[in-house]
Amino acid sequence: MTGIVAYGAYIPRLRLQRSAIHAANRWFAPGLGGLAKGERAIANWDEDTVTMAVEAARDCLAGRDRGSVRGICLASTSAPFADRQNAGIVKEALNLDDAVSSMDVGASRKAGTGALLNALRATAGGGGEMLVVAGEKHRAQPGSEAEMTDGAAAAAMLVGTENVVARFIGAHSLTLDFVDQFRSADRELDYVWENRWIRDEGYLGIVGRAIGEALSLLGCKAQEIAHLIVPVPGRGIAETLAGKAGIAATAVRDTLAATVGHAGAAHPLLMLADALAGASPGDRILVVGFGQGADVLLFEATDAIVQPAAGLGIAGWLSRRRAEDNYMKYLAFSGHLKMDLGMRAEFDQKQPLTALYRNRRTVLGLVGGRCTRTGAVQFPRSEISVAGNAADRATQEDYPLADIPARVVSFTADQLGYTPDPPGYYGLVDFEGGGRMVCEFTDVDAGDVEVGRPMRMSFRIKAVDERRGFIRYFWKAVPQQEA
Amino acid sequence: MPSGIKDKVAILGMGCIRFGERFADDAEHLMVEAYDEALADAGIETSRIDAAWLAVGFDALNIGPSGIPASVALRLPNIAVTKVENYCASGTEAFRGAVYAVASGAADIAVAIGVEKLKDTGYGGLPVRTRGTTFDMIGVVGSAPGNFAQLASAYRARHGVSRDDLKRAMAHVSVKSHANGARNPKAHLRKTIDIDTVLNAPMVADPLGLYDCCGVSDGAAVAIVTTPEIARSLGKRDIVTVKALQLATSNGWEFQGTGWDGSYVPTTRMAATKAYKEAGIADPARQLSLMEVHDCFSITELVTMEDLFISKEGRGWRDVLDGRFDADGDIPCQIDGGLKCFGHPVGASGLRMIYENYLQLLGRAGERQRSEPPVLALSHNLGGMPNQSIAAVAIVGLDKA
Repeated sequence: MTGIVAYGAYIPRLRLQRSAIHAANRWFAPGLGGLAKGERAIANWDEDTVTMAVEAARDCLAGRDRGSVRGICLASTSAPFADRQNAGIVKEALNLDDAVSSMDVGASRKAGTGALLNALRATAGGGGEMLVVAGEKHRAQPGSEAEMTDGAAAAAMLVGTENVVARFIGAHSLTLDFVDQFRSADRELDYVWENRWIRDEGYLGIVGRAIGEALSLLGCKAQEIAHLIVPVPGRGIAETLAGKAGIAATAVRDTLAATVGHAGAAHPLLMLADALAGASPGDRILVVGFGQGADVLLFEATDAIVQPAAGLGIAGWLSRRRAEDNYMKYLAFSGHLKMDLGMRAEFDQKQPLTALYRNRRTVLGLVGGRCTRTGAVQFPRSEISVAGNAADRATQEDYPLADIPARVVSFTADQLGYTPDPPGYYGLVDFEGGGRMVCEFTDVDAGDVEVGRPMRMSFRIKAVDERRGFIRYFWKAVPQQEA
Repeated sequence: MPSGIKDKVAILGMGCIRFGERFADDAEHLMVEAYDEALADAGIETSRIDAAWLAVGFDALNIGPSGIPASVALRLPNIAVTKVENYCASGTEAFRGAVYAVASGAADIAVAIGVEKLKDTGYGGLPVRTRGTTFDMIGVVGSAPGNFAQLASAYRARHGVSRDDLKRAMAHVSVKSHANGARNPKAHLRKTIDIDTVLNAPMVADPLGLYDCCGVSDGAAVAIVTTPEIARSLGKRDIVTVKALQLATSNGWEFQGTGWDGSYVPTTRMAATKAYKEAGIADPARQLSLMEVHDCFSITELVTMEDLFISKEGRGWRDVLDGRFDADGDIPCQIDGGLKCFGHPVGASGLRMIYENYLQLLGRAGERQRSEPPVLALSHNLGGMPNQSIAAVAIVGLDKA
């Protein structure tokens, strides 16, 4: 049996209030007032598609042995690198075996379902466990409808043949050059056509046709569908599609529009992770991906679905939130506002690539060392162990620290050093069971750091080399949310 | 056990310029000004100097690589000029080189020069710089106040001191140094301040406000050292000798090992222990007459009182509030204004501290001269940051002390 073995998600903590967007832009775009309800997830300045994909993958792989993963695919229309495999960065951050295949998929909002479908077929063909991650930090133009409806998020699906929680029944795809929006390779922002046309001919036309054909081809009765996932922004579309196909209105899944927004290529997988968390054995789940055609994938939850996922999942990440009503801050974080950053920001962030490669496990994987003689854990690894000034050389073995809980030993909130989001929090943290590091803290609320506070490590952007367009990633400590 | 440096080397002359925003002066001018004062004090010509050590903290913004810029600026007689850099402890490091050269017999007269031209950055505070390829990938660049501010969080946790109590003690440190600096014509900052000004100042790195941070200055200081015998032969009667000179350098235990709680600076304790032994000091709180410590931030000075074993652990903040380290206290600290107000031209600071101790010992400190004649004076020069540091402790005193 081939299907989904584990699932996870990540939603960044900042939730921009749509009323704040509207308050700032109403003078120019009063017509968007109808969308000014609820909130949307926005990435912190140090989050992008890659970092969110890492978090979603960790959520998916929580408590699992990662050694069986044979391939990784990252789907996004907003991957940070056009040439440097983004999935490869995720692989290093997850400390996956070097012997894995990897691939980036993009250029359409159905890249997420496409990647999932491809992985299901590869696994069914004997390819082993495949990790599919999809993330989106779509850059919408200020004042646009997409600025209201977008959301930053990521989701991950582990596809395999054992302990399957959702059996893959089959899929149907349509490819049509329906250009509802586009962004050419040399442009930063989308150009979008009229939404009434997109609704009528795109969502209701193309998706409607794909759902009908899929049910027929897969021999599935419409009333058997317990969960219908139609990841499109806009109210009532999924309900209309369900009505036309004969699927129960109660099967229509919430699009998370009020809390997250639309996460592009990641959105079908995000909604699937949400559906799986609430599914019962035997439930049939129909997943749609839309963008220059449509993918329709059909799953059936197995008895194993009753096992709760080890990660936080959608519900967990949704509850870890901070309402943000500072639209200017969002503009600065998303690169639309060129602030005077001060001369300290001029520090050259050039990354010697030789050094990054030889230290990739330390830097991207947060792998420390454990002395095989004394058991002492340290970060980073070194030729001579820190423990007791031992004279022995090369006694250390790799010791991954990313998933070990930590506590604050000392800290500050720095207003002087440059950070895109002052003050910069950093300090010394101790890992449970040994090892410590001086690191930056992120996603911190004023007053929420104290000596002894529990922290978890998170993969983030450390710095951006603006001159050369390179992103330096590393790990930061985040205040552990209350259970 | 090495026999140590005690009384083997004498200070023949010293110079230290007015620290501050010396916008009109290049590093060359700063060095010459300090050097001329030292030469006049020593009563010698340049031709008598056998070897030189040069301390500069920030390479890229200053005079560039090597000892050549000092050799050119001072027209030294083609002698060995060694450039040293050990973070903010560079000044004492240069002094150590010169002292050891004389003690070894390799040089009769040696000079230590410290200079820093920091006000060419275009912004306040220390320049942002790389800490090396590997560090830059995994370390925190942060800022100097951010690195030292962490002492406060850990000190409060360790000793159960409230935020307000510690803030008040830290403020007392700064108020005291401003009072001292106001009486020093060479100090960068010469205004007295009150405690409310300190407590209400804008935050720089929590809990350090603006007045918890030292001045970043241009400056230079010079020491000329020789043997006590040569000093006497040159007509010196009151002779200040080096009693101890110790450095301790972190080996990674603080930020990689287990056990350091972040509330103190281990290298200061190590350097102080060795220095007291070298100088034959059994009870530093009673035997030392005065101290110049590395008060880059108010919290640094406060914990240093404990790390030098002057205050009991956890009692430093109370001793500060009791005025024990004020100019008229038991054991004055920063009687010249310290880094806080004299200023902190990095490479020159260690030598500036020794300069003040030297003046005080000889009774030449003018308006700020300690009335009770000092006999033994300590300087503590700290480089790096609490989690990886270089502590330098120098003790100088009257020859017969």
